[in-house]
Amino acid sequence: MTVKLKEVDVVVVGMGWTGSILARELTKAGLHVVGLERGPRRTSEEDFAPPSIRDELKYAIRLALIQDAQRETVTMRHSPSETALPIRRLGAFLPGSGLGGSGVVWNGITSRFLPSDFELRGHLTQRYGRAAIPSDLAVADFGVTYAELEPFYDRFEKLCGVSGKAGNLRGRQIAGGNIFEGERSDDYPNKPLVTSKPGTLFARAAAELGYHPFPVPSANASAAYTNPEGATLNACEYCGHCDRFGCAVNAKASPNSTLHPVLLQDPNFELRDHAAVKQLVYDRAVRKVRSVRYVDVRTGAEYEQPAGLVLLCAYVFNNALLMLHSGIGAPYDPATAKGVVGKNYCYQTTSRVQVFMEDEEINPFMASGVNGMAIDDVNGDNFDHSGLGFFGGAMIFCSPASGRPIMIRPVPPGTPRWGAAWKQATAKWYNHSFFINVSGASYAHRHSHLDLDPNYRDALGRPLIRMTYDFQENDRTLVAHAAGVAVKIAQAMNPTMMTAPPAQRGSFHTVPYQSTHNTGGTIMGSDPGSSVVNRYLQSWDADNLFVMGASTFPQNAGYAPTATVAALAYWSAHAITTQYLKNQGPLVDA
Amino acid sequence: MTSSPSLTAAELAFLTAAVDTLIPADDLSPSGSDCGVVDFIEWQLASPWGEGAGLYRDGPFFQAKPEHGYQLRFTPRELFRAGIAAANVWTRSAHGKDFNQLADIDRIAALKAFEEGSAEFSGVPSKEVFEALLNLTMEGFFADPIYGGNRDCSAWKMIGYPGLPARYREAVSTSFGKRYDQPPRSIADFS
Ligand SMILES: Cc1cc2nc3c(=O)[nH]c(=O)nc-3n(C[C@H](O)[C@H](O)[C@H](O)COP(=O)(O)OP(=O)(O)OC[C@H]3O[C@@H](n4cnc5c(N)ncnc54)[C@H](O)[C@@H]3O)c2cc1C
Repeated sequence: MTVKLKEVDVVVVGMGWTGSILARELTKAGLHVVGLERGPRRTSEEDFAPPSIRDELKYAIRLALIQDAQRETVTMRHSPSETALPIRRLGAFLPGSGLGGSGVVWNGITSRFLPSDFELRGHLTQRYGRAAIPSDLAVADFGVTYAELEPFYDRFEKLCGVSGKAGNLRGRQIAGGNIFEGERSDDYPNKPLVTSKPGTLFARAAAELGYHPFPVPSANASAAYTNPEGATLNACEYCGHCDRFGCAVNAKASPNSTLHPVLLQDPNFELRDHAAVKQLVYDRAVRKVRSVRYVDVRTGAEYEQPAGLVLLCAYVFNNALLMLHSGIGAPYDPATAKGVVGKNYCYQTTSRVQVFMEDEEINPFMASGVNGMAIDDVNGDNFDHSGLGFFGGAMIFCSPASGRPIMIRPVPPGTPRWGAAWKQATAKWYNHSFFINVSGASYAHRHSHLDLDPNYRDALGRPLIRMTYDFQENDRTLVAHAAGVAVKIAQAMNPTMMTAPPAQRGSFHTVPYQSTHNTGGTIMGSDPGSSVVNRYLQSWDADNLFVMGASTFPQNAGYAPTATVAALAYWSAHAITTQYLKNQGPLVDA
Repeated sequence: MTSSPSLTAAELAFLTAAVDTLIPADDLSPSGSDCGVVDFIEWQLASPWGEGAGLYRDGPFFQAKPEHGYQLRFTPRELFRAGIAAANVWTRSAHGKDFNQLADIDRIAALKAFEEGSAEFSGVPSKEVFEALLNLTMEGFFADPIYGGNRDCSAWKMIGYPGLPARYREAVSTSFGKRYDQPPRSIADFS
């Protein structure tokens, strides 16, 4: 039996980064907001306290703050002709669960996308001609420009106290910052963190080769900082327990450290935790979502919560799943390339080079989530792609985030994985090795998509979301190109030894961690025939439904997604409070 | 962490021999079992994780590509039970003895055969058993000593990992590029 509750103004599904931003903006606008979160309530003081939070086994290996794969996971196949199998133990990506979501466990790389990333098809057509874009490369424009998002990037950076250095301040280029970035209205609120030894070595080598190294923007405060919400962040302790952990000293910006201190006190806000949303109740006739159905996972009790406005903030996989399972929008069919929900699933392409330097003391355990250096010379369209055979690029960066020894135990290639020789190599190299990473774009391919799995179900009895995905030619050549540059920089460091980069040659592998930078499935765009939400992230099929997160990216750029995810959330919130609340209906005519 | 909550004597004997082959005693550290790694494995297998927490366990089960990762029906506890039994069957047919009775050199050769998957086990792939064993052994050796392994922070001393409290706000500058020589400490030292 389902308990039907009294209607509220707003229901937010999922209380991670985007859910928390929207909840804050809408309560501020005077609305009564209910936040439904599948996981437990978590606060910095109670749940991330030292010393017990700095426990590698519990958090980084047993994944205490990550989605429970026993209840729900993703199935994967490489192409539409295969049978997908469930990812039984999460590996390649690790969506967070519980109040704060993945925003608790992220590393805090806070890059903006390049202006051309938002107008990709238009930009590439203009620069290289229509004929230069391969027909199976489903690149698209976001429908919103960098200039429109800029004020909202700025808001997010100030919310998080991001540590960094501007490279383009109101059109003025600043050496030592990222000179390729779009024009910024303001500098970062905090100066860069102390650069790690590897970052310093990388920057020197990159500069010698004529590249333009800059400090990777980091949502880990370099100094104590009070944000515009009145929440205080402390200076980072460089504890080496950032990604997969909550922050013990409130230096990492998370929804919990930056927004919840205000939000959880606000009488307009009500958090319901352990509340897993099963379905949105969609009224096709009037094109509205009437309510959401959720289950209290502790008791199994089912509730129906009617709401005037529904915000889907449940991360990429659950966003797509809830749309498909609720019958909102036409599911994408790769055979015909018709339909929209689930299409353009993308990821982050990656590679890395391992560097060994006998005479350098690295101290890998003294690290912030990000306190390294990067170059953008071969990212986006910052270089001429004529005749290269691919589009897009990658950020190349050197920013070791930990020396946690269950996971980080570098040994030279060819070393056995156990026994006496392994012990000797492990003891010898632990403090003398690090990686240079390549974090590349991922452009949509016609086959890559999300849909409902026909064979496997989650703990709520719904189909699991099925991923059809593999690296394509554009991904492979793009990564090989960027990895070549990473190798050159590594060589210029004059290392004792280095490994050849594993270019993205093989197929997508679900086991080794790559990134939780999944994108697509409910993409934004300028017409309902090719996108799921409009430029304000409003569903084309239900005007009172807005979908947040990287699921709205038509493709992924060569950057971590969250700054853009958050800027879009603020942009959408702005449209809701200034336009939608006054005149409830579609914000863009279909 | 002294009683034996779950493993049989034969399983303990196998694990002790296997862990000490993976992590032999030398001047870098005591052997795996002397560092408490077998205790660690035993407690992990008896924990919710050992019983399949965090593991999606619904069928159907299919033969998978490596890219699909773990696709067996076994919980970790079940995998170790089946795997140890199968490993002993294999060494008995190859050498006439259980694994733990083999000479060091034969133990090494047997573990290599499991690692490469060239040892034919019945009912469970030897490679999967080996991977699970190696993972759990390394977790036990390098995890905080509160879990029973890494006794006296032996593994951390071996590599120079200082453990807790992991507060480096000053050291990140003062020890920049220099060896940071601090005796490692455990979560237990601060709780
Ligand atoms: C280990 C790790 C490191 C990362 N590092 C970086 C980085 O350095 N830089 C970067 O840009 N990004 C990084 N990310 C990604 C970043 O965390 C995400 O981009 C960001 O949190 C996305 O915000 P979101 O609101 O879309 O999703 P989330 O923050 O994940 O929030 C989604 C919330 O919805 C809840 N939810 C899901 N389904 C349901 C349901 N059915 N019912 C109720 N609630 C539900 C979840 O429990 C979760 O709390 C990292 C992620 C991980 C896991």
